[in-house]
Amino acid sequence: MNRISATLQKDKKLLSIYFTAGYPELHDTGTIIEKLQESGVDMIEIGLPFSDPLADGPTIQESSTRALKNGMTTKILFEQLRDIRKRVDIPLIIMGYFNPILQYGIEEFCSKCAETGIDGLIIPDLPVDVYRENYQPVFKKYGLFNMFLITPQTSEERIRFIDQESEGFIYMVSSASVTGAKSSFGEEQQKYFKRIADMNLNSPQIVGFGISNAETFKAATGTAKGAIIGSAFIKYLSENGAEKTADFIKQIR
Amino acid sequence: MNYHVDDKGYYGDFGGAYIPEMLYPNVAELKERYLEIMNDTEFKKEFDQLLRDYVGRPSPLYLARRLSEKHGCRIYLKREDLNHTGAHKVNNTIGQILLAKRLGKKRIIAETGAGQHGVATATVCALMGIECVVYMGEIDIKRQAPNVARMKMLGARVVPATSGSKTLKDATNEAIRDWINNPVDTHYIIGSAIGPHPYPDMVTRFQSIISEEIKWQLKEQEGRENPDYVAACIGGGSNAAGTYYHYLDNPDVGIIAVEAAGKGIDSGESAATSILGKEGIIHGCKTLLMQTDDGQITEPYSISAGLDYPGVGPMHAHLYRSGRGTFVSVTDDEAMQAGLELAKTEGIIPAIETSHALAIFNHMKFKPDDVLVINLSGRGDKDLNTYIDYFNL
Repeated sequence: MNRISATLQKDKKLLSIYFTAGYPELHDTGTIIEKLQESGVDMIEIGLPFSDPLADGPTIQESSTRALKNGMTTKILFEQLRDIRKRVDIPLIIMGYFNPILQYGIEEFCSKCAETGIDGLIIPDLPVDVYRENYQPVFKKYGLFNMFLITPQTSEERIRFIDQESEGFIYMVSSASVTGAKSSFGEEQQKYFKRIADMNLNSPQIVGFGISNAETFKAATGTAKGAIIGSAFIKYLSENGAEKTADFIKQIR
Repeated sequence: MNYHVDDKGYYGDFGGAYIPEMLYPNVAELKERYLEIMNDTEFKKEFDQLLRDYVGRPSPLYLARRLSEKHGCRIYLKREDLNHTGAHKVNNTIGQILLAKRLGKKRIIAETGAGQHGVATATVCALMGIECVVYMGEIDIKRQAPNVARMKMLGARVVPATSGSKTLKDATNEAIRDWINNPVDTHYIIGSAIGPHPYPDMVTRFQSIISEEIKWQLKEQEGRENPDYVAACIGGGSNAAGTYYHYLDNPDVGIIAVEAAGKGIDSGESAATSILGKEGIIHGCKTLLMQTDDGQITEPYSISAGLDYPGVGPMHAHLYRSGRGTFVSVTDDEAMQAGLELAKTEGIIPAIETSHALAIFNHMKFKPDDVLVINLSGRGDKDLNTYIDYFNL
């Protein structure tokens, strides 16, 4: 069974953490992953940095720019992850924009993911329709889940379609925004969370964008299965470095 | 071979809509409605009237006699430089503002490099009384102060893009982020024939007025609708797309695309995307773009701020790959000399973007009875400082 499926069956609210590979220092990737697991995080999203991250706010953009300046590449990421499965057993997901993956070669990329023990991918600018038509067989061949996003503007019909096409979880974007934009959830978000919960989708939902602390984590996971923290963790890393990862996680739960 | 967009939004291998889910509803709405709106009789009437009374269309097709003599063929210049705001850009912004109104949008955003598209957008927003925000790279804001002042005078808010390389590509990223943050009431007026489907086709159709007019104007003057060649400069490629549009399916009309070679193709400072680019995804479409082996988008260079875009519109990528278009790259120096030549032989100071198209005579030979139409996409007022510095005027 894919590690993501196994984790989603656990009887608890899941905490997933996003960080940008190669940031703050080029070779922090492995350390951060290990420390996140030690701290009790349930899933990890490893950000593959991109020069032009359209859906990201300033914090993740800056971390990507810095990671690229540090010399981060797709090839180096796979080298850093080579022995990761000897040390870490929670689900690992690569989140990245489509162009670097396309240049690496889709099949080659998927094969490397399988080899290093990556369980799934989140590619924000690869729409579900294009994926289904062109790339699904390759992902399936290597046992990789590809997770899709929904937003407050996504129509019910499309949510049903995405639900049907999803493996693993649905990445539920909390509000109409780029990453890191909000500091709390208002009534509108709560209504949206409830609307989605009432749809009784097959795929569990993990909420992302705008989750930064214990309060927003709790609010986001009222009905959803879990939540993803990205920008707030990156900000923490920039101030405290990779070694103190556990202290950040303790503040969340 | 089909050179128009297909029903999935592709030109051959290029195009499509590679967008984050956050933009899906907006882009889907546009895709469903743009043709219906553009074909509506009332819309056409309003569009045509504004192009005539406000923009000053039709723009003249001018037989450049002295330039023709010099280069030994019959050269016509399509005078888009005489449009209101000084370039072809306004054809598209007029069209898109009317479309945005019909979509019920209350706020307009745009990206701009040199500021021409920003000015054209700010202009139509002032005309319609709609809020306007223009994203512009921090570096470009410093380089293009007069255009920043124009936009402000027209009531637009100019927001500096401070991420990445702080130029056009980053301004485009910021505009897209704004659209993600404001998905309901905002329309994004993209200025070139780029972006997710249907943008390249929509912008091309609004600009296709250029070749529509060339056809009847040439018929009047030469007794035939079809020149032997049409030529235009290409950054993202909106003026070129409009110049080629009605000739795409006519193999008797040669298509010439002129890219900016900057300091030379191999200099590391160039914007010749068709030669230096590889297939990839930029700003929502699959096209040829300049990038590293690792798929990171690189920063192009050209003396002309309107041509230093790392990608090229998907239609042009298809024209290149299919062989329908002849692609030529012209250096900074060649372009500057060609701009000066036009000034001295015809009394017209062209935009430096346009000067690139005027430099094709260094690269291609024409027969004496060849009829060549070059799109004079913009006027040179905005580039005076660059001309002054370059020629020590």
